[in-house]
Amino acid sequence: MDFLNPGSVTEALELKASVPDAVPIAGGTDVMVELNFDHRRPPALLNLNRIAELHTYSTVDGRVRIGACVPYSRIVTELGSVLPGLAMASRTVGSPQIRNRGSVGGNLGAASPAGDSHPALLATDAVVEIASTRGVRMVPAKDFYVGVKRNVLEPDELITAVHVPPATGPQQFSKVGTRNAMVIAVCAFAIALHPEQQRVGTGIGSAAPTPLRAHEAEEFLAAELPWGSPDGLLDSLNRRFGELVAKAASPIDDVRGTASYRRHALAVMARRTLSWTWSEYRRTAQCA
Amino acid sequence: MRVNVTVNGVERQADDVWPGESLLYVLRERLGLPGAKNACEQGECGSCTVYLDDVPVCSCLVAAGQAEGREVRTVEGLADGEQLHPVQQAFVDRGAVQCGFCTPGLIVAAHDLIERTAEPTDAEIREALAGNLCRCTGYEKILDAVRQAAAKKAGVA
Ligand SMILES: Cc1cc2nc3c(=O)[nH]c(=O)nc-3n(C[C@H](O)[C@H](O)[C@H](O)COP(=O)(O)OP(=O)(O)OC[C@H]3O[C@@H](n4cnc5c(N)ncnc54)[C@H](O)[C@@H]3O)c2cc1C
Ligand code: FES
Ligand code: FES
Repeated sequence: MDFLNPGSVTEALELKASVPDAVPIAGGTDVMVELNFDHRRPPALLNLNRIAELHTYSTVDGRVRIGACVPYSRIVTELGSVLPGLAMASRTVGSPQIRNRGSVGGNLGAASPAGDSHPALLATDAVVEIASTRGVRMVPAKDFYVGVKRNVLEPDELITAVHVPPATGPQQFSKVGTRNAMVIAVCAFAIALHPEQQRVGTGIGSAAPTPLRAHEAEEFLAAELPWGSPDGLLDSLNRRFGELVAKAASPIDDVRGTASYRRHALAVMARRTLSWTWSEYRRTAQCA
Repeated sequence: MRVNVTVNGVERQADDVWPGESLLYVLRERLGLPGAKNACEQGECGSCTVYLDDVPVCSCLVAAGQAEGREVRTVEGLADGEQLHPVQQAFVDRGAVQCGFCTPGLIVAAHDLIERTAEPTDAEIREALAGNLCRCTGYEKILDAVRQAAAKKAGVA
């Protein structure tokens, strides 16, 4: 096995083009488990830790461009007010040690349907920046996941960043698991209100082969929410939203939970996160 | 391959490192620092916790080559000579050590907490130690120890 240790993105892309089987390693919180247990013996590791550019964030075209390797702990402490949904999801990942190393780039690379960043990225219209020696392409999160643990990356490509629009309204993330720390989600749900467009974004995790949005539920809310009014939400609206979210999923039975439990839990999380975001929206609307 | 890394302030060199090897393995098997423990090798137990450039990480999940040129601080680097660090002393005083396997990782995690948080609440202590498992103590004595160390640091004990 080789250890490739590029110092810049350009160098990393050249190495990835010449050794397409090299496995990128960022925080290593997925990769090292596979190596330690002999589940994977790649010809080479491509270390991304030395590339400073991948560990910083900035604002580009009005969106926050988060370098692929920025660890969750920094998203939580430094980006919580701009990107509350992603920060809340990051906050639930593993443990402090895992959050100190694990990254959104690694979550996207692994593309597990249970990855916690995915629902938040979907709900907020995030866009993945993908690079190779052939150039850069921007892929919306909704088009990034193509199967169980599969994404659109070509063998010569690396994720260089994710671009997330700053929140313009309340956002929430909710996750069901057996403990407060260190759990793979049984299922997860994210919601983002985009009041200026009178639109709602959603993201479902761990309840289908890929993370996905609940399109029908989003359209229902966009049309039915009493935008601009200080009113609370009717129970019937909340319930219908929960049903539509549950309907969008295609969960399976596995060791963590049954399909019917997942559908039930998704409906509950959808209702709760909607009522939380709506109360916050009403509070801020009243102050404005 | 060769890995150069500063461990507890001393520049060290490990030779014949396999590129897929963990930092934990290098510390224990190549540099003779058995403080950090190997219990799960999958990030679940925290017994291998060390500082990497001042950030607590599971050393079982860091590839040795990723530590090249960087600073590692292990539990062996916390005491001042024979004088235990207050966090270590608190674990002794409060009976927070039984088999001791989880202790080095917990000490590093607790050390990081009280360095960053002046007077941590119980919720903050629990959260900071959420990545460290102990199969013996039931955690109560460990919480006592962290409270003692934090109080000492704040100068109220
Ligand atoms: C104890 C433990 C608890 C965990 N808990 C959670 C949890 O609660 N929620 C959750 O979502 N995940 C969890 N995980 C999984 C893991 O921490 C996350 O998936 C994390 O986001 C991975 O990031 P990383 O930087 O460590 O990735 P790495 O392990 O370095 O890489 C992950 C994958 O992505 C690829 N990759 C990494 N960076 C890039 C890049 N820039 N371009 C292309 N490919 C890339 C790698 O080749 C690999 O296939 C947990 C893991 C452990 C060990
Ligand atoms: S040995 Fe590293 S976390 Fe358990
Ligand atoms: S003292 Fe035995 S595992 Fe904690």
